[in-house]
Amino acid sequence: MASLKVTVWRSAGAGGYQAYEVPRLEAQTVLDVVTYIQRVIDPSLSYRFACRVGVCGSCAMNVNGKARWTCRTHVEKVTADGKLQIAPLSNLPVIKDLVTNMEQFFDKWAKARGRFSGARTRDDDFARVMPDSPQRRNVDAGIECIGCGACYSACDVVQWNPDYLGPAALNRAWTLHNDVRDTMHAERLAAVAGDAGCHACHTHTSCSERCPKQISPTIGIAGLKRAAAAAALDGEI
Amino acid sequence: MKNDFRARSHPAWWAFALHRLSGVLLALFLPAHFWSLGHALEGAAALDGVLQWTALPIVKFGETGIVLLLAAHMTGGIRLLMIEFLPWRDWHKTLLAVAAGVSVATGLAFALNVF
Repeated sequence: MASLKVTVWRSAGAGGYQAYEVPRLEAQTVLDVVTYIQRVIDPSLSYRFACRVGVCGSCAMNVNGKARWTCRTHVEKVTADGKLQIAPLSNLPVIKDLVTNMEQFFDKWAKARGRFSGARTRDDDFARVMPDSPQRRNVDAGIECIGCGACYSACDVVQWNPDYLGPAALNRAWTLHNDVRDTMHAERLAAVAGDAGCHACHTHTSCSERCPKQISPTIGIAGLKRAAAAAALDGEI
Repeated sequence: MKNDFRARSHPAWWAFALHRLSGVLLALFLPAHFWSLGHALEGAAALDGVLQWTALPIVKFGETGIVLLLAAHMTGGIRLLMIEFLPWRDWHKTLLAVAAGVSVATGLAFALNVF
């Protein structure tokens, strides 16, 4: 039976890569490989997953140097020579092995005012939002984020400036900015227009390259830059 | 963990690197540019002395490089302005290709003119 030569990052901080040999199977995903190592070779390996079908956003890791959702990444797509290097996501503290602490990632969603704030109550009628309106189309383009952190891991600006809000939080802010029911637009724009906000983006588009849901946070960040500039000119922020 | 070249191996990152590199090299060239033009303050003969020096093939070769850097920096900058100020379309990789093509064409046109 053919086999894969897999190196996996072990331990936190000053850890290192450990080599494993894993049977190569048909239609095998990278998550299958990690699971095989943990269940058959070394039960002490720590990693994170839940749904295994690309919904929960738990299992993102660096595979051969690129952030990917491992549950829906087929081995054949990422290795031509039977070698895999699996590491935790970049730009996040490593708790152990392949598990990162995502606290800062989600804290930044809160800093970017990533929470919906509406004016209606349950007694009011439904808001009517036309599916083909420009705002609704902008929301559609960014709303499927599963919070996996692949974009945050790929972003050089996060690496250079740890306070940078990051692509996912800014994408969330952009979808809410385009939500016509939301009442916090000016406050949100002020929150994302600082030194560590949308204007810090260098348009590398690494986030858009790596998003497993084919979202382009770069689009939202460019939109936020324009909206923040317009709001500043109008004296709103 | 930090990213290495593998996470950066895509056209938009190369465009960023080229834009930064061309900007730094052009900034380094500017003092030499001003120094050579500054000879005009000492009279026509002094300026002609410098301009004769620029007729050397090696200097022409360097000028071609500067034109290429200028074209790359300008087209890269226009590309960024279009991305940031125009409504987004799925065109940013097309813009990259156009910027690269215009830069190379400009450099070649200059080289064909001087050699």
